[in-house]
Amino acid sequence: MCMPFPSLLQARALTPQTAETDAIRFLVGTQSLKYDNQIHIIDFDDENNIINKNVLLHQVGEIWHISTSPADKGVLATCYNRSKWGFPTGFVLLMGQSSDSRVLTCAAVWRMPKELESGSHESPDDSSSTAQTLELLCHLDNTAHGNMACVTWEPMGDGKKVISLADNHILLWDLQESSSQAVLASSASLEGKGQLKFTSGRWSPHHNCTQVATANDSALRGWDTRSMSQIYCIENAHGQLVRDLDFNPNKQYYLASCGDDCKVKFWDTRNVTEPVKTLEEHSHWVWNVRYNHSHDQLVLTGSSDSRVILSNMVSISSEPFGHLVDDDDISDQEDHPPEEKSKEPLQDNVIATYEEHEDSVYAVEWSSADPWLFASLSYDGRLVINRVPRALKYHILL
Amino acid sequence: MAPGTMAAEPGHGSGPGDSPKGPEAEAPERRRKAHGMLKLYYGLSEGEAAGRPAGTDPLDPTDLNGAHFDPEVYLDKLRRECPLAQLMDSETDMVRQIRALDSDMQTLVYENYNKFISATDTIRKMKNDFRKMEDEMDRLATNMAVITDFSARISATLQDRHERITKLAGVHALLRKLQFLFELPSRLTKCVELGAYGQAVRYQGRAQAVLQQYQHLPSFRAIQDDCQVITARLVQQLRQRFREGGSGAPEQAECVELLLALGEPAEELCEEFLAHARGRLEEELRSLEAELGPSPPAPDVLEFTDHGGSGFVGGLCQVAAAYQELFAAQGPAGAEKLAAFARELGGCYFALVERRLAQEQGGGDNSLLVRALDRFHRRLRAPGALLAAAGLAEAATEIVERVARERLGYHLQGLRAAFLGCLTDVRQALAAPRLAGKEGPGLAELLANVASSILSHIKASLAAVHLFTAKEVSFSNKPYFRGEFCSQGVREGLIVSFIRSMCQTAQSFCDSPGEKGGATPPALLLLLSRLCLDYETATISYILTLTDEQFLVQDQSPVTPVSTLCAEARETARRLLTHYVKVQGLVISQMLRKSVETRDWLSTLEPRNVRAVMKRVVEDTTAIDVQVGLLYEEGVRKAQSSDSSKRTFSVYSSSRQQGRYAPSYTPSAPMDTNLLSNIQKLFSERIDVFSPVEFNKVSVLTGIIKISLKTLLECVRLRTFGRFGLQQVQVDCHFLQLYLWRFVADEELVHLLLDEVVASAALRCPDPVPMEPSVVEVICERG
Repeated sequence: MCMPFPSLLQARALTPQTAETDAIRFLVGTQSLKYDNQIHIIDFDDENNIINKNVLLHQVGEIWHISTSPADKGVLATCYNRSKWGFPTGFVLLMGQSSDSRVLTCAAVWRMPKELESGSHESPDDSSSTAQTLELLCHLDNTAHGNMACVTWEPMGDGKKVISLADNHILLWDLQESSSQAVLASSASLEGKGQLKFTSGRWSPHHNCTQVATANDSALRGWDTRSMSQIYCIENAHGQLVRDLDFNPNKQYYLASCGDDCKVKFWDTRNVTEPVKTLEEHSHWVWNVRYNHSHDQLVLTGSSDSRVILSNMVSISSEPFGHLVDDDDISDQEDHPPEEKSKEPLQDNVIATYEEHEDSVYAVEWSSADPWLFASLSYDGRLVINRVPRALKYHILL
Repeated sequence: MAPGTMAAEPGHGSGPGDSPKGPEAEAPERRRKAHGMLKLYYGLSEGEAAGRPAGTDPLDPTDLNGAHFDPEVYLDKLRRECPLAQLMDSETDMVRQIRALDSDMQTLVYENYNKFISATDTIRKMKNDFRKMEDEMDRLATNMAVITDFSARISATLQDRHERITKLAGVHALLRKLQFLFELPSRLTKCVELGAYGQAVRYQGRAQAVLQQYQHLPSFRAIQDDCQVITARLVQQLRQRFREGGSGAPEQAECVELLLALGEPAEELCEEFLAHARGRLEEELRSLEAELGPSPPAPDVLEFTDHGGSGFVGGLCQVAAAYQELFAAQGPAGAEKLAAFARELGGCYFALVERRLAQEQGGGDNSLLVRALDRFHRRLRAPGALLAAAGLAEAATEIVERVARERLGYHLQGLRAAFLGCLTDVRQALAAPRLAGKEGPGLAELLANVASSILSHIKASLAAVHLFTAKEVSFSNKPYFRGEFCSQGVREGLIVSFIRSMCQTAQSFCDSPGEKGGATPPALLLLLSRLCLDYETATISYILTLTDEQFLVQDQSPVTPVSTLCAEARETARRLLTHYVKVQGLVISQMLRKSVETRDWLSTLEPRNVRAVMKRVVEDTTAIDVQVGLLYEEGVRKAQSSDSSKRTFSVYSSSRQQGRYAPSYTPSAPMDTNLLSNIQKLFSERIDVFSPVEFNKVSVLTGIIKISLKTLLECVRLRTFGRFGLQQVQVDCHFLQLYLWRFVADEELVHLLLDEVVASAALRCPDPVPMEPSVVEVICERG
């Protein structure tokens, strides 16, 4: 299922609506310097195979990153470039040269109109024509810290805590008074020679949500949100820049990372010297890596070689021998993993390579509602929704 | 005669059979007639003769010739039956016959008369003679009787004298024996004193039984005791001599022989013999061990094995031969004892030899070692044949095999070290500062040096190892050296392993953590890649053919085929080259990325020049081109660009640029850029940025340029450009296009990527006002 944007706007930002667990919903943020940027709410009707689209205007600027609150369906955060050149471009540029020549990436928390919060199946044509606007809840003030790279929500929380990465600072915000006010709770910064800059960060769902991992240059770092101190560091995790990382939702010490060396690496954070596993399937930079939320053997990667690859990393998943044990025995299984090893381990393999995109794929995401569904977004604005192959699905389930 | 009648003839049957009957019947008739006459003469009755013919009745009284002839009956018959005439005839006939008979009788009487008379005379004379003889005989009988009488009388008188003489002779013999016995102790003493042990043992042997028998008599007992004392002394002396052993094995053997004759227990002697031999052999071993020494061994290994061979093995041979000769009667138990003895000492010897050989392991001289092993092995064949049960020859062969294996391992290590040494040399040569112009020939030369040096090392190793299978070496015909050594050892263990380890070493450079490009100099990667490729194309098959020729591999065990090795080498070469492309691509990528990321594209000034970094990129690419060109062939380009010179290209590209870029940069149609690039993408093939490389210069360069330009594209997309920023990108891209096309296989690729860079920059520019293509060209040509 492909859905190119009719407006042909470039897009990099994609997120599932995390708090929505019934309808399949993705949010896409566009990137345009010349036009009003938009947030597209994509509803996928699984039964009828129909895609509905609602458009929200995001007039403040082009969207580099987008994330949704895990608690409130209507709340989302974006990182955006302030669009100072809406019109009389030349003038702004001339002004810009003298005063603020640098483009600053900001972050803000927004609320979407109530009627769009949950999957509405109104006719999509109307809604696209009459685009509604977002309600600004608060700014995450970063004037002192630099460009915002991303905003990540506390995964299991009540949508009150947010971490944002700004240049070399990691900032923990408290959203107060129904998110209308963002208070900087604590922060830490990365010191070192050269210009250090975070590229990406994820909040771990384990350990009571007290850990965050970030990527800067070729290193991965883990942080404790309580003390805002570094807990581990994987120097030279990748040969080149690390683009993205993700936590295994079921195994607390496992995380995946990807980067410009075309590799996807899986780490056990207790042993930072060696990756547990390395995949080298892409032929260019890997921009995005995502674990499936329920079946962590399914790993999705998107790359600027225009491909999306779905891999089956059974051997390092939480179900290394398939889903053979009854739910009652799961606790036992965790207690005695070595004994289970006698069963034949399944092979890691690439399940499928999706080549629908014709430009670099900068974002891939699993649906929060349907664990067998995922979306990928390429720079030319094409969103592709795919399903895990049926045979594999049954293989995992049965 | 017609044939028909001839056939009918036999039908008559009797014809031929009758005629012989006549004479046959007549012949017995005639014979019977003659018999009859003889019988008549001797008065035998006709009837006693068998088989008379029926016609003539013997009792017929009418038969004139018959015995029972009755003249009356005959006459009656004649008168009654015959007519007168016939009677007359009979009468005349009768008369004639009577007359004939009368005359016959007269003749006979006359003829025999004289004979009768002389016979009568003879008989008379005989009568007289016999009478005389009778008298003589009587006299003889009388005389004989007298003689007998005398004889009897003489015997009677001589009887008891004879008996006495016999007795005396017996006593004499006994006395002589006794004398011998009494003299025995002194004789023995004398013999012992003189050292004539053999004689003494013979005496002792003779007296032993008698003394044994009569030991209940006191005098004999005394003798026996004396003898025993002397014998004990003798035994002692013999043993002493035996033990001293200085006189050599043959005399010792004599001692043992004598001792055995003296009834010493053979087993004990065996033990003692072996114990003694052990002493001597252990002495040999000790001297060998001393040669081994804690200090570096003074004599070389050849000398050592010589000593061992002559000293220990020779001694062992002598002992074994003597033992077998002496104790052959001991049967299997004795042989077993000897075998155990030989095994034990052999084990010590082997341990020493192995220690010595181990010291030799580090050394490089194979010929000496092989000669030493040959001697060692050859020497042990003699005791091996003598003592098959001790398994010395097998153990020796095993040691030789082990040493051979270790040598193979040593040579493999040597080859690896040589390879690593070559690599270090290359690294040093690459790192050494040199004149700019000098770099060119250096790389190819280095490659040739490395290749020839490795090849010569391999050949040297092969030659060294080949000594083990030389015809004149005694162990070369062992099955191990004919089969397994050649195939599994040399071919697989040495050559194939080395090639494999070479590939692995080379591949390890790909996996080195220095992905940032620092660790291995790229030139080394390139050189190794070419080396592996050369191996794939020629060297491997050459080396293996060489090996197979030198070591006529007869073994049937599976060996690695050439193709597998070639495939491995090719894979290594490919990986190295791909890695080279990545490393070099990364170097250029980093340059481009820094140049895009660190610049403030919004506030840049109107472009006057091509940025220095682009010139640097072109320079570096040219340098890489030169470097790769030294080792790899040109490769194939797409035909379209093969003969396009720089000038024509620049015209072509500018016109093309106008056609493509110009409309897209007008602010009125900003979407077109996107649409255009999308449509263009639809028709162009997907570009695999990090795709496998082929073994030629163009492919390598294409790979590097692809990586670099894709990086440029991605970096541009992350930035926001001002108008002049876009124009600068335009200028830079045009410059790159001018200079990079010549390096790649398909210049379309460069166009495509650069187009996309410019298009992306235009998209990331809020005020996309492109520069005039002519101005762009002028700037580029000036730069």
